[in-house]
Amino acid sequence: MSKKKLVMVGNGMAGVRTLEELLKIAPDQYEITVFGAEPHPNYNRILLSPVLAGEMTIQDIILNDHQWYADHGITLHLGKKVNRIDRVQRRVIAEDGTEEAYDRLLLATGSNPFMLPIPGNDLPGVISYRDIADTDTMIDAARRYRHAVVIGGGLLGLEAANGLKLRGMDVTVVHLADWLLERQLDQTAGRMLQKSLEERGLKFLLGKQTEMLVAGESGRVAAVRLKDGLQLPADLVVMAIGIRPNIALAESAGIYCNRGIVVNDTMQTYDPKVYAVGECVAHRGIAYGLVAPLFEQGKVAANHLGNYGIGRYTGSVTSTKLKVTGIDLFSAGDFFGGRDTEEIILNDAAGGVYKKLVIQDNKLVGGVLYGDTADGPWYYQLLRDGQDIHEIRDHLLFGQSHVGDVGHQGHSKAAAMADSAEVCGCNGVSKGTIVKAIKENGLFTLDDIKKHTKASSSCGSCAGLCEQILSATIGGAYTPAASNRKPVCGCTDFSHQEVRDAIRQQPLLSIGETMRFLEWTTPDGCDKCRPALNYYLISTWPKQAKDDPRSRLINERAHANIQKDGTYSVVPRMWGGLTTASELRRIADVAEKYQVPTIKVTGGQRIDLLGIRKEDLIGVWKDLDMPSGHAYGKSIRTVKTCVGREHCRFGTQLAMDMGVKLEKMLFDMYSPHKVKLAVSGCPRNCAEAGIKDVGVIGVDSGYELYVGGNGGIKTEVAQFFVKVGSDEEVMEYAGAFLQLYREEGFYLERTCHYLERVGLEHAKNRVVEDADNRKALHGRLLAELQDARDPWAERIAGVEKNEYEVLSV
Amino acid sequence: MAEWKSICRIDDIPKLGSRVVRSTSGDIAVFRTSSNEVFALRDRCPHKGGPLSQGMVHGNQVTCPLHGWKLHLDSGEAVAPDQGCSRRYPIRVESGTVFLEI
Repeated sequence: MSKKKLVMVGNGMAGVRTLEELLKIAPDQYEITVFGAEPHPNYNRILLSPVLAGEMTIQDIILNDHQWYADHGITLHLGKKVNRIDRVQRRVIAEDGTEEAYDRLLLATGSNPFMLPIPGNDLPGVISYRDIADTDTMIDAARRYRHAVVIGGGLLGLEAANGLKLRGMDVTVVHLADWLLERQLDQTAGRMLQKSLEERGLKFLLGKQTEMLVAGESGRVAAVRLKDGLQLPADLVVMAIGIRPNIALAESAGIYCNRGIVVNDTMQTYDPKVYAVGECVAHRGIAYGLVAPLFEQGKVAANHLGNYGIGRYTGSVTSTKLKVTGIDLFSAGDFFGGRDTEEIILNDAAGGVYKKLVIQDNKLVGGVLYGDTADGPWYYQLLRDGQDIHEIRDHLLFGQSHVGDVGHQGHSKAAAMADSAEVCGCNGVSKGTIVKAIKENGLFTLDDIKKHTKASSSCGSCAGLCEQILSATIGGAYTPAASNRKPVCGCTDFSHQEVRDAIRQQPLLSIGETMRFLEWTTPDGCDKCRPALNYYLISTWPKQAKDDPRSRLINERAHANIQKDGTYSVVPRMWGGLTTASELRRIADVAEKYQVPTIKVTGGQRIDLLGIRKEDLIGVWKDLDMPSGHAYGKSIRTVKTCVGREHCRFGTQLAMDMGVKLEKMLFDMYSPHKVKLAVSGCPRNCAEAGIKDVGVIGVDSGYELYVGGNGGIKTEVAQFFVKVGSDEEVMEYAGAFLQLYREEGFYLERTCHYLERVGLEHAKNRVVEDADNRKALHGRLLAELQDARDPWAERIAGVEKNEYEVLSV
Repeated sequence: MAEWKSICRIDDIPKLGSRVVRSTSGDIAVFRTSSNEVFALRDRCPHKGGPLSQGMVHGNQVTCPLHGWKLHLDSGEAVAPDQGCSRRYPIRVESGTVFLEI
């Protein structure tokens, strides 16, 4: 059977991205032909401004070179403009007569710059700013002429003006509105921007309308005349007043268009064989001009062209960033606000910083940042997530580093970092390496950065910083997915929440069944999704679903921690950090018998035996005769205690006893991520309960419970949860909170991140306020832990024997 | 001179799992995929020497347990954009017995 034919008209970013997505999911389905009116392969149009400014070259911004098209068997017709679609015969015809038949047609014709309908708009020296040819014209003009006038003070106009100025021209920007970027900025920010651009030597005429362009003796444009009579000398006029979806071709073929080519949520036009993506499209009445929404459209179109039929495009919230080096500006959403909105404003005119956040119903709905945009991506994420911000409202304006998880302290200003500065401390990746990878490989997502540079692929603490660098490098092209919508991994488009919901609702009881039902795109998933699915199945159906050892990462499979040389470490459990002479003697004997190279006291108040060969593990466990410490698992780790009232003269409660009781209750608990507890006997808090997932602090009248603390990558202080009177209540509240986290947390989400996502209020409502629910949660936890087993004892008895035996030849 | 040696029964290797074969020329990891294909690679990741036998098998790939590099089981090559290769050993199954050429 011969392949179906897919023809794409338009060779820009949205269209080619659609093909890339299609090739990923259905590489052999179509024989693909592409028509491009420009003589270049697909390039990054967003980076034309840095080219004009002399910061990059055309070669730097090519996204897909000729080889890419060849490698994927794509026929490429460059410099050929398609001027007719024959929908009856299903073929397209180019101006030069080239014909191609199609089974599916993808229109990605982009947009045309809008030219003012005034006398002289066709004179030599009058151009728009849209493609490589325009950029070349400007670079050439800057060499030979002096005066440039840019009509339009929008994003593109300002980037053009800045570039021309940098290339030595005398530049005036004529703008109709009263302030610059009136669609992206409010007046205050617009004025600040104008001031800093004026300091760079640009001139502005605001609130002015252009009447006509005047020709000189040579026939080339020589002046711009304004309505108020003012005449400006101009050897080059750049019109940057907007774009219009390029719908001429679609209209001529009778495909329904209004502002753009009208498509439904699957990116299909009124002709079911014809799809359209990009700037030429009108989706729900909106034509997008920024690249991020266009990529989302591309992904959906590819999904349907690939016959998967599950994606829907439902519109986008967009954000803006001006690519003028040295000027930081960011805006998103509804930043003007209105009657029902509140505003939080910081205005430091002398310091050149302006921040305005618009809030409605305790949610961020828009914002403008000028001068300090480091937190732009974070605000944008809050906006897209629709997250309730009333808990962090006091600090909101001061940015993410004042609220919580941002990554390495003091590194929040990605743009200001030197290229040599280390971003990813785990893998030793510098900012320069990341920026280079973004530019050279045309990266658009955090995942791309992880793949190409390894930055943020280990502990993940620099993910925020990487996103900032991405955003600073490619500007508005960067759109983070709403965090509750982020796909589990590359094997699926479904988010953690959607997977959890499906497992519960269907119900689904095995990994294979879940992957089939949710149409996983890989046969066995990967090392990201399989452990997550295994956890969701077991935590949702504890009695029915069966643990899959092959979907546990090595530490949980071997029940020991793998070290860099392939040996393992063994940490036996010492309840509440207590041990005995006989245990210590056995540990010493094991250390000698197996020649353990390193013995270390851990932070969790126990003893780590490092450097044990895998085949010795079972012998070691047997000789230790102590239960597993689960130091390797997404599970309860330790309950750290101080000596408490048992010994301490300040102690108010029996901290060791309480700790042991909690640790015994939670033994063998499987959870989204590791869980650590601590019990201190008094507020001096020697057990460091303030940085634990659940921290218990004894006071004279009872206990204070704190939740969501974290002493790891980014220190997070636990938040006060509840004050209780008895040991039984400590067990019930702590158990119920952890069960809530087990049932709702996403895989690999620590309690602090879980609480950041759902809000402390939510956890309090379920556990503290609602006594019935608390008892039910605690009951479910205890019921599950009835089946608790010591994995070491099981393996001594012969479970998973193969895992520990080496074959010989 | 390399020769074919019997190492175990196919059922001694769990599906989507692996075993380590100790040989005079170092450890060799043998893998079994979900479609019952078997592969053998030197048990060292080209990145930092991680034991591939301890990784997770998915499709015809294995993810190294140390830093998450992915390798193609059939060629031993790292999955792009990573670059590197782990040595491949001929392996076959005959009436349920796995043979390795070393």
